[in-house]
Amino acid sequence: MLKPLRSRLALAITIVVSSACGGGGAQPEATSAPAGQAVQINGAGATFPYPIYSKWFAEYNALRPDVRINYQSIGSGGGIRQLLNETVFFGATDGPMTDEQLKSAPGPILHLPMVLGAVVPIYNVPGVGELKFTGSVLADMYLGKVKKWNDPAIGKLNPGVTLPATDITIVHRSDGSGTTYIFVDYLSKVSAEFKTKVGVNTSVNWPVGVGGKGNEGVSGLVTQTPGSLGYVELIFASQNKISYGSVENAAGEAVKATTDSVSRAAAVAAASMPADFRVSITNAEGPGVYPISSFTWLLVYQQPSDKASGKALVDFVRWALSDGQKYCTDLGYAPLPPSVVMLEMSALDTISVS
Amino acid sequence: MRSRDLGFRLGVGLFAAALVLIVAAIGYELTRQSWLSIRQFGLDFWRTSTWDPVAGEFGALPFIWGTLYSSLLALAISTPVALGIAVFISELSPPRLRTPLIFITELLAAIPSIVYGLWGIFVLVPFVRLLETSMPDALREFPLLSGPPLGVGMLSAGLILAVMVVPFTSAVAREVLKTVPLAQREAAYALGATRFEAIRAAMFYARTGIVGAIMLGFGRALGETMAVTMVIGNNPQVAASLFAPQHTMSAVIANEFTEAADALYLAALVEIGLVLFIITLLVNGLSRGLIWTMGRQQPSRTAA
Amino acid sequence: MTSQRTVAARKVLSSLFVGACALSVIVALVPLAFILFFVVSQGFQSLTLDFFLNDPRPVGEAGGGMRNAIVGTLMLTGLAATIAVPIGVLSGVYLSEYRGTRFASVVRFAADTLNGVPSIVIGVFAYGVAVLPFKHFSALAGGLALGIMMIPIIARTTEELLLLVPNALREGALALGATRARAVATVIVPAALPGIITGIVLALARVAGETAPLLFTSFNNRFFSSSFTEPISSVTVQLFTYAISPYEDWHRQAWAGALVLVTIVLVCSVAARLATARLTQLREQ
Repeated sequence: MLKPLRSRLALAITIVVSSACGGGGAQPEATSAPAGQAVQINGAGATFPYPIYSKWFAEYNALRPDVRINYQSIGSGGGIRQLLNETVFFGATDGPMTDEQLKSAPGPILHLPMVLGAVVPIYNVPGVGELKFTGSVLADMYLGKVKKWNDPAIGKLNPGVTLPATDITIVHRSDGSGTTYIFVDYLSKVSAEFKTKVGVNTSVNWPVGVGGKGNEGVSGLVTQTPGSLGYVELIFASQNKISYGSVENAAGEAVKATTDSVSRAAAVAAASMPADFRVSITNAEGPGVYPISSFTWLLVYQQPSDKASGKALVDFVRWALSDGQKYCTDLGYAPLPPSVVMLEMSALDTISVS
Repeated sequence: MRSRDLGFRLGVGLFAAALVLIVAAIGYELTRQSWLSIRQFGLDFWRTSTWDPVAGEFGALPFIWGTLYSSLLALAISTPVALGIAVFISELSPPRLRTPLIFITELLAAIPSIVYGLWGIFVLVPFVRLLETSMPDALREFPLLSGPPLGVGMLSAGLILAVMVVPFTSAVAREVLKTVPLAQREAAYALGATRFEAIRAAMFYARTGIVGAIMLGFGRALGETMAVTMVIGNNPQVAASLFAPQHTMSAVIANEFTEAADALYLAALVEIGLVLFIITLLVNGLSRGLIWTMGRQQPSRTAA
Repeated sequence: MTSQRTVAARKVLSSLFVGACALSVIVALVPLAFILFFVVSQGFQSLTLDFFLNDPRPVGEAGGGMRNAIVGTLMLTGLAATIAVPIGVLSGVYLSEYRGTRFASVVRFAADTLNGVPSIVIGVFAYGVAVLPFKHFSALAGGLALGIMMIPIIARTTEELLLLVPNALREGALALGATRARAVATVIVPAALPGIITGIVLALARVAGETAPLLFTSFNNRFFSSSFTEPISSVTVQLFTYAISPYEDWHRQAWAGALVLVTIVLVCSVAARLATARLTQLREQ
């Protein structure tokens, strides 16, 4: 009786052990390997530039199959946190790091602007075409002071448009977001009440509204909820054919977000770019400027411990700042002003990769 | 001989001790990581409803409210259904139907919560939104039913949790009903009881265990994360309305954990995890205690 | 006459009750049917060869798939089993062999507690223990989180099954002069082995569907990875990312992923059911 039992036991153990080793028979991949061997670099952060980043990483991987850059869009706040914890090699954010955050970092961190983007107000109001907004009206809507679509404040900006008496459902981000940062940075500049009540950060205490995770979550919620208003990066609105409105800029013009109007916003800042590239270009002065524009930055340690990954990332950034910029406009991002690119290339030299 | 048995006992005992160690480690790690927040806010953490990462003010009240509200709502919806199923399978169904029915309820339990969440976003939420928009305006005056028709909100969360909890409660209730001695029911029928009355007598006999089963379902609902976070609206507010978007403890951890930008924020989130850990510990412990007490009342037991 | 009416009223009440119970069964079946219908109909349309053979493509490009996620889930559950099977089975052995001792009660309490801990809390724990100290999201951390969840399930199932082994077998082995260790290893466990394996399979199916504990342990990976020390994709986390996005293509892939997941779970449950039935059959012979 024992023999068949024993062979069954052996069989069972083999099954259990081999299922435990499942698909794990491959060799673990080295992240810091001599050039020529595969390098995998992990990054995380903003959802705002995700469409252009995912395009870049795929194109670059086609050019250099030995370099794999794995980027997870978990929000700017997440990117900063994981970079500070050193659980990712690079971060990405649309809201620059604060001085306290930089001080708490284990080493000096560089902000590298990669593209320019715009945050647009998206809405889902059936039967209505294009809407015009101003910063103060948007601030009031997000403060909960303007509650219905047919409020005179909105009607005044859009003569001739029949607005329904529907409640406004405000949609904001539920996660820590650079897109939020850009949006509230702008709203705080145009509305003192918003600045005191809500403030500027990647994650704020919203007075009203529903939270969506990522630019993806906000666009998803607005598409599915009639009467809603949200804010997302331009490409999320255009790729998903969501209506977005124009916003009145500092010069009093109603401007819609385009690569041109966004580039104009950066032109002023390019002339006086600070050495660490941390600058806000919302509500910029000048004609034809789109007021809710921003740089988006890659965050890299100046003295990374993993030199091979450091070198691979620097090579990638050089490519992205030169050849990579040609993919920008198709995806609705504005390429960087050439003067900024030049400054960055010299900044890249300061990263120790050997 | 003796020493080899001792060796066996120690060897196997070591692995069993590992299990205990893991539980203790979880409790310790959670406390350690949330110490900053515990020290800063103390008991106020459980009473304040401001969740303001900018200002560094953290109060867990909206999440505790949301978790309790959604779980109790789920309990209210699921308990009659679950008990009905348990009674049907153990008392009323034809024997041939029994195994397939049990299998089907197990299937409900086996569906991953992310699939429930997926179905929730694309099917349940639009349905609830339809329900909300087709409600007569007069009803909307009630605080329980007020608010814009978003679809996402407490009602969707409660409904999905109810569906997920039903198989657990009904499975345990079924086991509990099985242990009611046949003599109880036979006595009832002998006295001329209808089906209903006999079953009622059996359920009364098993009431401790049934309460335990319900509490087990409650414990399950408390800890559910994915399905809830996809349909509840993620808004940390204490609201009475079924239609208001709210937040739960597990959902806020899932949403904000990877990006808690400073040490206090992270500690506050871990403290919420600690609160969740303690609450589920208490609820599960209580429920198991109740079921065990019921088991002790039996003169005869089926398992060794 | 009053007693007649009361009897009739009681009979009606009873029928109503029976009806209500039958109705509750149907009420439970409706969402199940609904969910399965949606998953199958939506998922089936999106189940292309690309889905199984390709890794994700950039946003907006067609032809992406979930190959890396499927392999990731297999690796993670494999890792989880490596951790959970030894601890779980041996704990179960301890619980059944040394039933009455105080330590056994402590172990049982710990197992039941662990069973009830929400999966997100286990994720937080695994983050603190396996991600932060190494400064790296990894498949290992994800496997650890899932393994911890499997342990109590396997331990309790093993305990129950070992207790079902007839005492005669145990006594016979001991009477023949076997040590405890030998009796357990060569007689008792093999007798309960099919059931134990069923328990392990069910636990695997359960954790294969978990998302929350993976969110900040194994993280996610757009590329195919077979490394233990790198972040790895998984069907569940990928499903979550796709579901909350606004892209139609990603939604389709999410349904397909859901179909794959539900199929695996269904197959495991059916297999477990059949195995248990066979076990009972063999026992009765």
